Order: sequence, then structure tokens, then C-alpha cells
Amino acid sequence: MRIEAIVIGCSAGGLDALKPLLRGLEPPLSQAIVVCSHSGDQALGLLPSLLARHCRLPVREARERFPVEPGMVHVAPPGYHLLIERDRRFALSVDEPVHYSRPSIDVLFESAAETYGARLAGVMLTGASADGAEGLACIRRGGGLAIVQDPAEAPAPAMPQAALARAGADHCLPLARIAPLLNQWTHRDG
Amino acid sequence: MEPVDPALEDIEVELFVRALRQRHGYDFSQYAPASLKRRVRQLARAHGTGTISALTGRLLHEPEFVFEVLEGLSVPVSDMFRDPPVFRALRDRVLPVLASWPYIDIWQAGCANGQEVWSLAILLEEAGLYERCRIHATDFNAAALARAREGIYPAREAQAWSRNYLEAGGRHSLSDYYSARYEFIKLDPRLRRNVSFANHNLVTDKVFCEAQLVLCRNVLIYFSNPLQERVLALFRDSLARGGFLCLGQRESLDFAPSAADFSTVDADLRLYRRNALPPTDHAH
Repeated sequence: MRIEAIVIGCSAGGLDALKPLLRGLEPPLSQAIVVCSHSGDQALGLLPSLLARHCRLPVREARERFPVEPGMVHVAPPGYHLLIERDRRFALSVDEPVHYSRPSIDVLFESAAETYGARLAGVMLTGASADGAEGLACIRRGGGLAIVQDPAEAPAPAMPQAALARAGADHCLPLARIAPLLNQWTHRDG
Repeated sequence: MEPVDPALEDIEVELFVRALRQRHGYDFSQYAPASLKRRVRQLARAHGTGTISALTGRLLHEPEFVFEVLEGLSVPVSDMFRDPPVFRALRDRVLPVLASWPYIDIWQAGCANGQEVWSLAILLEEAGLYERCRIHATDFNAAALARAREGIYPAREAQAWSRNYLEAGGRHSLSDYYSARYEFIKLDPRLRRNVSFANHNLVTDKVFCEAQLVLCRNVLIYFSNPLQERVLALFRDSLARGGFLCLGQRESLDFAPSAADFSTVDADLRLYRRNALPPTDHAH
């Protein structure tokens, strides 16, 4: 089954994990990447421009009602939950924070799992929260793939640990090996 | 709740929405599906009904239950002076224009628990315009309207709200406008002397005033494109020529034809003005 979208979640230490991960992605990528991060830079809305410097793919803040585009990195805007509708467009909400977070990784992952089913991969990186564990479980239930950063090397292991405990993983890898795995999925034959 | 097949749950949500409309007259069929489903699922969890279908059963058979459902489906979350740059722009750029009208009608659509209504009243008071103003604060959720009118909020919010107020260009201290008791703050009731709280449903109800300013922040994000378009046209028809519209900071009007009837005052702040030309007819 071809992977259509890759959703990535992180919090504490997330920026330093996202940079090398995104730097390792080789364009053209046939998947859409959607990032949900609770780091401090995220709160200021600076994340897309910070990440763009480390990424050969275009990086944008996700806009409500606009399509989830392949080959592009979409970042959840600060202060809103980001969801993906069945028509593969973004939606926003200001519902209550989940695990004290808005945007919440659970909210993104759950809606993405319903939309993409087995054509989805979820990536959980470093973070000090339980957010994302439930979402990753939804992705696996829907037949999608779960990739978790090895907690042993994560600066904040709580989030990958919670994800492993709740959802398990198809791949538990050091950060450096995640981008090469994602690159393999691109169908370069078009 | 146990894991459920998403396709099965889609059917359950559809039946729930139909029950809510046919039995109680509240139409959520054009809400953005992902968030709606999440909330309906949360309602089922909160009421321990197990499945959404069981929730629908209660909705059909227990007349009073609809109020709890509406409470669960509305968006109660906001802050006073949320997004301070928006309130600063209202203060510096919008109110001076509104001052040229002899009477000023302001519609706060989807006011929820009222934090922004009270913020607005303070803003108008400090601009010396409040005596000429009427604020119409509306929501479809009666319980939220009652809370909005009361103006009682958790004291733990006061610090962040005070910061917002100052960032928005407030001239005094927010604490001048409320009294603190125990765990709560209560806004000065005199601030609501020109506010009317009324039940209005954006999905089904019509124009009821001619406003110089409409505020509706982070409400349309819950609506699918056709409903967003309907409500935007409703705002256009409720605004005087040259009247202002203020939406939430991440809302997009790119798929709403009626956006053509507005010009942009500040794109980042989602601040617009109704064009002076007659509204275009989109029926053709």
C-alpha cells in the first residue's frame, strides 16, 4: 500500500529533532508531511520559517480549507487544533486543549487516521507529554504505520515511551534512520 | 470507548445529526465533519453512553437532554482580549471610523461565554463611544448566553487576560473592571448596560440589525464551505456600507464567493470592510 501522508508529532526538543529529519528528506517526495509541534517557537508561529531553512521541501503553515499537498511540509498553526477532513483538506478548531496542548498531536493523528487509513504513517519524536500516544494507536488500528524515535536517544523520552506503551510501533529507530526510511516510500516512477 | 470502525461511526454521527435536526430543529449537517465527529464522540464518552447511537437514543427520548448536547457541541473556549493585536487594531483603526456614525450597532456573533463581549465593552468605554453603542451578543446555546451575561470567570485567568488587555493598548488596569471573590472574578455589571444578549443561530436565523461592526472570531472555522458562505452573506447583509467585519486570525475566505463583497483592511488580522457597492448577486 502506498503511503500518501506522513504526520509527525513532537514537543520538548522537537525543533532539534525536526531539523535533521526534514533535512534528510529528498525531493521530490510523493507524500504530504504534516507536523504538529508544541515547542516554544511553535507558540510564536515561527516554526515554518525556522524549518524551511533546514529543508529542501517547501514548508508552509497549514491553512484551513486548503488541500493537503504532496511534496510539501505543512505545519500546524499556533493556538489551533489541526485536523484533516475526508476530502484531504485542512480544518482548524479551538476546542479545549488535549493534554494541555493546542495544537494536539492526538487530534491531528486521529483525524488523519480516519482520512488516510492504511495510507498513513505517523512519526513520534522527542517530547515531554503523553499527547500523540492515543493518536498513534488510531493510526495503527486503521492499518497505518507507526514510527517512534528510540526513547533511549530522545532528549525528552516521555512522549516516545508513552507512544510505545499505548500503541507499539512498526519501527522504533534512532532519529538519523527515520528520514532514509521515509525516502524509500516515494514512488519516483511517478 | 472501545475502538470503533470509522465508517460505522460516520453512519452513527449522521443519524445523530438527523435526530438533532428533526427532533429539535438544530441543524449541524453543514458543520465541518472532523471536529463535529470529535465532539459527538466526546459527548458519548462524557455521558457514558458507550456508542453514539445510544447518545442518539437519549436525544430522541429525553426532551431535556438536548440542552446538554448543545452545550457539548458549542465552542465555549475564549479569552478576554484574545489576540491582543486584533483588539489594538479595533481600538486604533476601527473605533475612530465608527465614531463618525451617530449610533453604533455592533454584532458579536457566536459570543459563547462572553469574554470578547466584555472586552469590547471596555474598549468602547475607554474610547468614549460606549454611550452611543449597542452590542448585540448572540449565540445558539442558551446556557452559554446566560454565562456571558453573568460575566463571572475563573480568577486563574485574570493574569493572562490583564496582560492581553495591556498589550491591546488598555489605558488602565483590567482589575479596574472586575471584582475578585474567592476563585472567581466578576466583571462590573455596568459594562453590560448597552449589551443585549439574544439567542440567534447562524445556521438558520436571519438578519436582525444593521451593524457598523460584526465580530465573529473562530466560529466559521467549524462550518463547511457552503455554510461559511451563507453566514458570510448574512454578515454582509447585516453590515452598513463601509461597516467592519472581524474574523479569527487563521480563517480563510478563499473559498467563499461573498468575500468579494468585502475589502481587506488588514489581512493578517482578518479585518475587512463591506464594500460600498451593492451586494453582488451570486445566484447566477
